[in-house]
Amino acid sequence: MITLVDYDAGNTYNLQKAFAYLNVKTNLTDDPEEILASEAIVLPGVGAFQSAMKILKAKKLDTTLQKAAEKGIPLLGICLGMQLLFDTSSEYGMTEGLHLIPGDVIELPEKKGFKVPQMGWNQNKLLQPNSEFAMLADKYTYFVHSYYAECESKYVVSEVEYSANVPAVVQNKNVFGMQFHPEKSGHVGLEVLKAFKERIVFK
Amino acid sequence: MLAKRIIPCLDIDDNRVKKGVNFVNLEDVGDPAKIAAEYERQGADELVFLDITATNQKRSTMIDVVENVSRQVFMPLTVGGGIKNLDDMQKLLKAGADKISLNSAAVANPSLIQAGAKKFGNQCIVVAIDVKKNQNNGQKLVYTHGGKQATKLNAIEWAKKVVDLGAGELLITSMDKDGTKSGFDIELYQEIGATVDVPIIASGGAGNIEDFVQVFKEAPVDGALAASVFHFGELTIPQVKRRLELAGVNVR
Repeated sequence: MITLVDYDAGNTYNLQKAFAYLNVKTNLTDDPEEILASEAIVLPGVGAFQSAMKILKAKKLDTTLQKAAEKGIPLLGICLGMQLLFDTSSEYGMTEGLHLIPGDVIELPEKKGFKVPQMGWNQNKLLQPNSEFAMLADKYTYFVHSYYAECESKYVVSEVEYSANVPAVVQNKNVFGMQFHPEKSGHVGLEVLKAFKERIVFK
Repeated sequence: MLAKRIIPCLDIDDNRVKKGVNFVNLEDVGDPAKIAAEYERQGADELVFLDITATNQKRSTMIDVVENVSRQVFMPLTVGGGIKNLDDMQKLLKAGADKISLNSAAVANPSLIQAGAKKFGNQCIVVAIDVKKNQNNGQKLVYTHGGKQATKLNAIEWAKKVVDLGAGELLITSMDKDGTKSGFDIELYQEIGATVDVPIIASGGAGNIEDFVQVFKEAPVDGALAASVFHFGELTIPQVKRRLELAGVNVR
């Protein structure tokens, strides 16, 4: 069973619908034991880093997710859920994240012609051709965000060009993150979720 | 690079997609979920659903429409029409909408923009502005209630104000152009684009493929919205995108 972490994160229902469309059963829960017993974990998220971390901590889900990652359970963070995987974020003051991928979340730089938030479809440049997500090469996916992850390139599976090079998919062993919304990226997005299920979780 | 967006607009009345010519005469073109799926297949970048009768008549069943569409179609959905408070917004977002478009309610109660942006984020709040030129003095005025009611608001000043209040995107319809198929109101978008720094969606006047080229080449807009040219198959989205690509406009 794939667990969707329930912490009032915003895009949970649309993710649930996308998995349902792919005939993948999901379990929406905030119960640490259920999360630790699942075959894979998806951490959704829309909104601000600081308040999301606060809720995760209040529900003791920060340590749960860290334990799950250590156990080797595939963990996929989406949008804000991806950003939470990193060490820190500077959104509304410095906040510590889950420390599952080395790197920091910072604001998109201001640059003429680049509106913040980045909102819309941007083209993936694949950096790791052997990735399970290699189908993303040159494909457009849907982004809505004002902050992005700055990390070593060895963790970056694909990136998009904006006012900075924005990591679109990141990976550190069994921990994955997607800055874009696969549940809103049409056919390509569904392919990505299917790859997570077939090539990573139930391979 | 971010792609310029092509956005079909589905006017919804009582669970069905309609397209009003100049907002008044309605013509039935079908089932929202089926049309949405067809547009996804064609490569639409986003869909806008406007509940065109909700402001004037009783609230329709938009929540069911959104819920149903979002089970089958996985792309950004903007919903507008008759949304009056945070509770309406929350219900639509939960049903699967990504963005909420405010029009008459924003004019009646500008603090709703601020409250919505604070609660759901600026990226969730679109303000739709219907603009018509006063034939006597040339002033661009804001209209509400599906274009039936004139206000005293200057469109450019109103655009600036709603962005200051937290609107994350503007959907600007030129009523002078809407339904005429004579091209987008380039001057209007140039003027608004010079005033605000949020994405602008141009709407009203798309008649042929060159109209799309012109609006993206000559005005600082991020998306172009159209209904009848797509609904009646006069143009397909792949056709429009191929032409845009040839003209050097970045599309998906």
